[in-house]
Amino acid sequence: MKPGSVLALGMATETQNLAFWVLAVVSVAAALGMVLARRAVHCAVLLAVVMLSLAALYAELGAPFLAFVQIIVYTGAVLMLFLFVLMIVGVNSRDSLVETIRGQRLAAGLVAIGLLVLLALIIGHAAIGPAAPSSAAYSTSNLPGIATLIFTTYVFPFEVTSALLITAALGAMVLAHRERTKPKPTQRELARLRVASGRPAPLPGPGTYAQHNAVDMPALLPDGTPSELSVSPVIIRRIELGIDELPAGPAETGERTGQLEAPHAPGEAQPSERDNSEQHEGAPCS
Amino acid sequence: MFVIGGVGVLTRRNAIVIFMSVELMLNAVNLAFVAFSRMHGNLDGQVIAFFVMVVAAAEVVVGLAILTAIFRARRSASVDDANLLKY
Repeated sequence: MKPGSVLALGMATETQNLAFWVLAVVSVAAALGMVLARRAVHCAVLLAVVMLSLAALYAELGAPFLAFVQIIVYTGAVLMLFLFVLMIVGVNSRDSLVETIRGQRLAAGLVAIGLLVLLALIIGHAAIGPAAPSSAAYSTSNLPGIATLIFTTYVFPFEVTSALLITAALGAMVLAHRERTKPKPTQRELARLRVASGRPAPLPGPGTYAQHNAVDMPALLPDGTPSELSVSPVIIRRIELGIDELPAGPAETGERTGQLEAPHAPGEAQPSERDNSEQHEGAPCS
Repeated sequence: MFVIGGVGVLTRRNAIVIFMSVELMLNAVNLAFVAFSRMHGNLDGQVIAFFVMVVAAAEVVVGLAILTAIFRARRSASVDDANLLKY
């Protein structure tokens, strides 16, 4: 073996070690953040971080097929499903921190510490030998090897898996299906309802277009008062919950732009003065 | 990471977050499978990890469908409110 290849091998294992430690720290930190984060959307994003770093770990462990399956199935499908359901259920649903079962959190912490100690003891006592020499099964022939195993040794579980997937899809469709209990309202009934509601016109759109074009800015009525109806109730609810900041009213922003314009006028004069002085200073040098 | 997922299952009350914690535990087991298959030098562990992923995907689909059904009926995603089977 040439010394160059030995050096390259050593560098490769060093890089692998470095990658492992970085990925391990990132994934464990993201997992901790996921459990501790208050909002469900933050949990989902941190779970995505965990899954991506796990995919990188698989690739580094010589399982490229599993790495891609992890990215496609977990980060692609499962996480998008989570996010869809979060959007359906409501993003602003916050976890309440009231304990319903007394001492539940303390007991959970104790159980977690006990499990951690148990696992550490078992893994510490187990005789973990050095890794098997990296054969071709971990580089080029990984995919054919897995395919051979799936379609020879594990062919029956594989077929059962397909049945499971079909059952799951059917079950999800049945569970998410909603029966229509009332007949669909016709266009005539809808028009009658609209006239009877006292507001036949559509609701006013948000935004005062002279200064803002945002959905959280209420539109101004002709007499200058903001119209409450023009802002979506979801945004108002989010502001009430303290998730979003209250946008500055049109009057305040008008003052702010006025203040911004006022220093602007002298500001234009300053650069010309500076240019003049620079020219004066630069003249003796040339 | 398995322990962290277990803590998540035990302490959180939003059902979606509990599902995410279950996913975390499954992922930890998958990582152990792949690492041990690398150590022993055969591919069986990777195949089993693949099956775990498939089963986890199916489980998440059904679980989230149940969640949306419950949410439609009860307007809540907290596990403490799901006591329809109790009385």
